[in-house]
Amino acid sequence: MRALFFRDLALALRAGGGFGLGLAFFLIVVVLVPFSVGPQSALLTQIAPGVLWLGALLACLLSLDRLLAVDWEDGALDLLATSPLPLEGIVAVKAAAHWVTTGLPLVLAAPVLGVLLNLAPSGYGVLVVSLALGTPALSMIGAFGAALTVGIKRGGLLLSLLVLPLYVPTLIFGAEAARRAAQGLDSATPLLLLAGITLAVLAAMPFAAGAVLRVNLR
Amino acid sequence: MSLWEYANPVKFLRLSERVQPWLWAGAAICLVVGLVWGFFFTPDDFRQGSTVKIIYLHVPSALMAINAWFMMLVASLIWIVRRHHVSALAARAAAPVGIVMTLIALFTGAIWGQPMWGTWWAWDPRLTSFLILFLFYLGYVALWEAIEDPDTAADLTSILCLVGTVFAVLSRYAVLFWNQGLHQGASLSLDKEENVADVFYFPLLVCIGGFVLLFLALVLYRTGTEIRVRRTRALMARETRGANLRAEEA
Repeated sequence: MRALFFRDLALALRAGGGFGLGLAFFLIVVVLVPFSVGPQSALLTQIAPGVLWLGALLACLLSLDRLLAVDWEDGALDLLATSPLPLEGIVAVKAAAHWVTTGLPLVLAAPVLGVLLNLAPSGYGVLVVSLALGTPALSMIGAFGAALTVGIKRGGLLLSLLVLPLYVPTLIFGAEAARRAAQGLDSATPLLLLAGITLAVLAAMPFAAGAVLRVNLR
Repeated sequence: MSLWEYANPVKFLRLSERVQPWLWAGAAICLVVGLVWGFFFTPDDFRQGSTVKIIYLHVPSALMAINAWFMMLVASLIWIVRRHHVSALAARAAAPVGIVMTLIALFTGAIWGQPMWGTWWAWDPRLTSFLILFLFYLGYVALWEAIEDPDTAADLTSILCLVGTVFAVLSRYAVLFWNQGLHQGASLSLDKEENVADVFYFPLLVCIGGFVLLFLALVLYRTGTEIRVRRTRALMARETRGANLRAEEA
């Protein structure tokens, strides 16, 4: 499993763009917001937590398409499925690698982009915590979506349609926590709920994704 | 004699064809009686005026939108556990009906909300969770359409339905947390305190009955169509296979 994890990491790093693309997309979303809503700093302060969360979510969604598709196309997925590893574990490891290559950079970049959006100073800590708590759930749900659509030609658009409603609770609690912190309110409750969602997703989703993948590999 | 006998498509078709005329007739009678009673023979509400009458479309369609998903969940579970094809096809047949019910609820809600709240749309928990339910339906139908092999499609959509149910419930509570509501509480419940006044209550019940019957009739009808489509496909596949064999022999 460890070998698979590092293999996926190496592939993502060397494929060029795989690693930086999500970050660049995140940056683009954040940069485009002041152009679309106007550069008033008070308004930006108000919407900054939500925009940062939305940008992270979209950047995550962007890279899901290739999560399993590459291995599917060159047949590596079939080989992995015949290996002694359980499919659930394979999907979980792939989701973990996806998180390290897209989720983690987003978490680290969010405070820097927060400066661009004039985020209130009290919001930085909780924004990073909420992203760190929430993005693993996004990767795991995304891996389920990717497993669902792996056999479909050009399943990318379908993938976003399937995955977006599943992202709603995570987005709501994550953005809520960041927003509350930015306004100087207590954000413990949404953070705890967010952590609960992530843990539940990490516990249950690999089984759903594994079952789906088994059907697709049949 | 058990319920599972109707997992046989032939038996299912025979029964559903016998039941369907009754369902259609019952739905028509209930809807006509309920809607005419509701629209023309109930007084205007003392606060909302005549706009209250849209309740006869809004509440039943919203109720059926949720129940259609619930029915799909049960059908999906039956497919996963016992692998009865009729069950998977019934789930598939129910989804578009659910989409239409969700749309009716959203549109009548907008039409009702405009004079009452002064807005077509509000990001209120009930409204928002319905919009998310609509997205779930769209994804479900899109997945069915995207996959060629019917058994694979049935498997994948069933799992999507299960996962979607969990997340739909989760979203429901998430959006409750997120924003304060504008939508009123439940219009109907077993708890008498919350019910609407009796004048509106009885025609509403008739309308709900009509929507339930209409939903059942539509689902049975569509399931029958799905079964026949699949049978046609199987026959055509056998035909081409036979033709190929004959060509090889010749």
